[in-house]
Amino acid sequence: MKQNFDEIIRMENISKEFPGVKALTDVSISIKAGEVHAIVGENGAGKSTLIKILMGVHQKNGGEIYIAGNKVEIRNPIDAATYGLSAVYQDVTIARHLTVAENFFLGRLPLTKAGLVNWKKMITQTQAVLDELNIIVDAKKVVRQLSAAQQEMVIIAKKYFEHSKIIIFDEPTALLANEEVDELFTIIRRLKNEGVACIYISHRLEEIFELCDVVSVMKDGQLITTIPVSETNEDDLISKMVGRTIEDMYNIKHFEPKEEALRVEGLTRKGAFENINFSIRKGEVFGIFGLVGSGRTEIVRALFGADSFDSGEIYLYNNKVTIANPAEAIKHGIGLLPEDRKHEGLTLDTTVENNINMASYNDISKLGFINLKREKERSLKQIDDMKIKTPSEKQKVVNLSGGNQQKVVIGKWLCRQSKIFIFDEPTVGIDVGAKSEIYILLEQLLAKGNAVIMISSYLPEIIGIADRIMVIHEGKQTGILNRGDYSEEKLLKLASGLIK
Amino acid sequence: MLKKLKGSQFPERNLVIILVLLIAVLSIASHRFLSYNNIMNLLRQTSIIGVMAIGMTFVILSGGIDLSVGSVLAFSSVLSAMMMKAGLPIPLAIALALLAGTVLGVLMGILIHKGSVPAFIATLGGMTMVRGAVMLISGARKISGLPSEFKHFAVAKFLGIPGMVWIWALIVIVGFIIAKYTVFGRNVYAIGSNEEAARLSGIKIGKNIYGIYAFGAFTSAVAGILMTARLGNGVPTSGTGYELDVIAAVVVGGASMSGAVGTILGTVLGTVIIAAIRNGGNLLGINPFILDITVGGLIVFAVLFDQLNKKKSR
Repeated sequence: MKQNFDEIIRMENISKEFPGVKALTDVSISIKAGEVHAIVGENGAGKSTLIKILMGVHQKNGGEIYIAGNKVEIRNPIDAATYGLSAVYQDVTIARHLTVAENFFLGRLPLTKAGLVNWKKMITQTQAVLDELNIIVDAKKVVRQLSAAQQEMVIIAKKYFEHSKIIIFDEPTALLANEEVDELFTIIRRLKNEGVACIYISHRLEEIFELCDVVSVMKDGQLITTIPVSETNEDDLISKMVGRTIEDMYNIKHFEPKEEALRVEGLTRKGAFENINFSIRKGEVFGIFGLVGSGRTEIVRALFGADSFDSGEIYLYNNKVTIANPAEAIKHGIGLLPEDRKHEGLTLDTTVENNINMASYNDISKLGFINLKREKERSLKQIDDMKIKTPSEKQKVVNLSGGNQQKVVIGKWLCRQSKIFIFDEPTVGIDVGAKSEIYILLEQLLAKGNAVIMISSYLPEIIGIADRIMVIHEGKQTGILNRGDYSEEKLLKLASGLIK
Repeated sequence: MLKKLKGSQFPERNLVIILVLLIAVLSIASHRFLSYNNIMNLLRQTSIIGVMAIGMTFVILSGGIDLSVGSVLAFSSVLSAMMMKAGLPIPLAIALALLAGTVLGVLMGILIHKGSVPAFIATLGGMTMVRGAVMLISGARKISGLPSEFKHFAVAKFLGIPGMVWIWALIVIVGFIIAKYTVFGRNVYAIGSNEEAARLSGIKIGKNIYGIYAFGAFTSAVAGILMTARLGNGVPTSGTGYELDVIAAVVVGGASMSGAVGTILGTVLGTVIIAAIRNGGNLLGINPFILDITVGGLIVFAVLFDQLNKKKSR
């Protein structure tokens, strides 16, 4: 093992321009072996661009990169791998139909003397690495049979096995439940002790204080500062990133709830959720909290008609309704912001205008012909009202930042004049600035007497925003808490089924 | 001027440049290329593929593919010919053949959506089954002895332009209007981009998929009528292998096989570019095998160029 705190990589005055945009200006960062180095900043601050340059995905326009003191050119991802750089993206990059062991040896399978694949060697070596890192996974298992968290651990173990000197973690906890996050951190600390340098990118600031040694703050393509984590705190970081504090962020106005908007009685789908009962009133944010896989997303998807359910009743404004498909839910004024906005919320290849109008074309068309003028007006109104940052309404959604994409999804339901909004993890992977804008939008929805269901696995968020919280554990509701009764401990216990 | 028009505002820019260059080169190389007779000939020859390519554009925009178009063409050709021979009035025979062809498309759409059979497989099966059925009902023989008024349509001209080209133009305009101005058109792009997001936005996927394959089959059936008029017979083997020419025209026109990217104008340009290469090559006496290599290369180049552009902008 190398001596700790050797400088392992140094980026000097890195600049990058995209047509019409200066993405990075003179960014200099140095990272040492055995250090967990956090990079924080709003979306669009340049974090991903910097990482992509390091990984050889983008080419820099200016500046130098030194690895172990030697100047290098990283022209493509293969170069990056040769220099011992690797990245764990939240999108799982692994051959899901192969075993864990095969994935470890992908491209260089060991052979027996007879020239056949040496399974025994492959499995023993893989298992040894998994055991060393305390990852409880069988090397013979096919990757797609593992949970998302296990898959992520396997990827990290593979990077370690490949002797990566620098591992980049880009939002690694976005899809993990709390206890899985703990496991991940244990592994990262182990890597750190082995002298691996880790670059850690996350929007969840408390993780940075739990895990990281040094933090670099980026804003508008520039490096604001690099400081030891011990010399800063969350408020300080946020003000460096945007100039706001956390208290302001969750501090939305709460309203006196009015009459009932939606009531669910005995909603059940075998194997997913069972006997769910709740009612929401106009002007209220109803939180649903539960660990990943607890069935919370399944409940709201059933409510929206996206999946079927076996029994139970849904009442809207005290009238029993049937919701067999999303089109019917939408007709009843329900709008869904899905958890996975890229794969379920948006059609990325089409325009902002198209996405905003997507649920309401029937309102602006006659005999199937769209009134193009109104289509444009309606999209411009949402772009304007919600301050969606886009060069024009004709821009493809894929080119927008995460926060602006989420606003487009919300705009779709505003445009449809929905009255009941289901927000499933509305701020996952969204930066602090856009987050607070989304909370402001939420406040405006409530002020107009709409009802909101919000799923979040992020405790500070759900505690800060929701008027009441229903907790789900393994498909059963374990309690509904009023705002005065919240505590992180109680919610977590209910969510893990420790109390009822 | 052209440089000012960014690719995103005017995706067909490169195709227009290629076509203009192609016409310039061919008209210099052969003085016959730009003659009225040759241009009309070129358009008439390519109108059948051109009509089918409009339907295929919607299928490909939705993220699907339809390999059965050539068989549906033959189906409509043989069916219309048999009905005319049996003494049905010409308009009725045409209408029924178009309807029958469209129904085949709906069936294919049901198989794809309700049955979750991948479009490639569903339409590959459909291609073989429909061709078999056509052979069966026609006894694998061409249906001749059609009314002369009908055959006359193939050579008829209106305002100096062949009737077949008018039909093509009509289908192009209909396709353009559907793509740009109708809810159905927007739904096609949405489904091609992200079917689940479209469904969660309240778009009824089934209805739209049936509509897409129905329109695709409808254009093939129209092409079948044109083919019958041109050949003067209902020919059970007609349209064999056309699916590839049709897909080629759409792809050269800039559509992405993964859906949501492409335009009607692009498809028209793609169709005409391929036709111009073949026609100009013939005029210049170039070996037709070399023309095959050229057209094949163009298909690959169209996609390659797109990919290189994407890489560059990264």
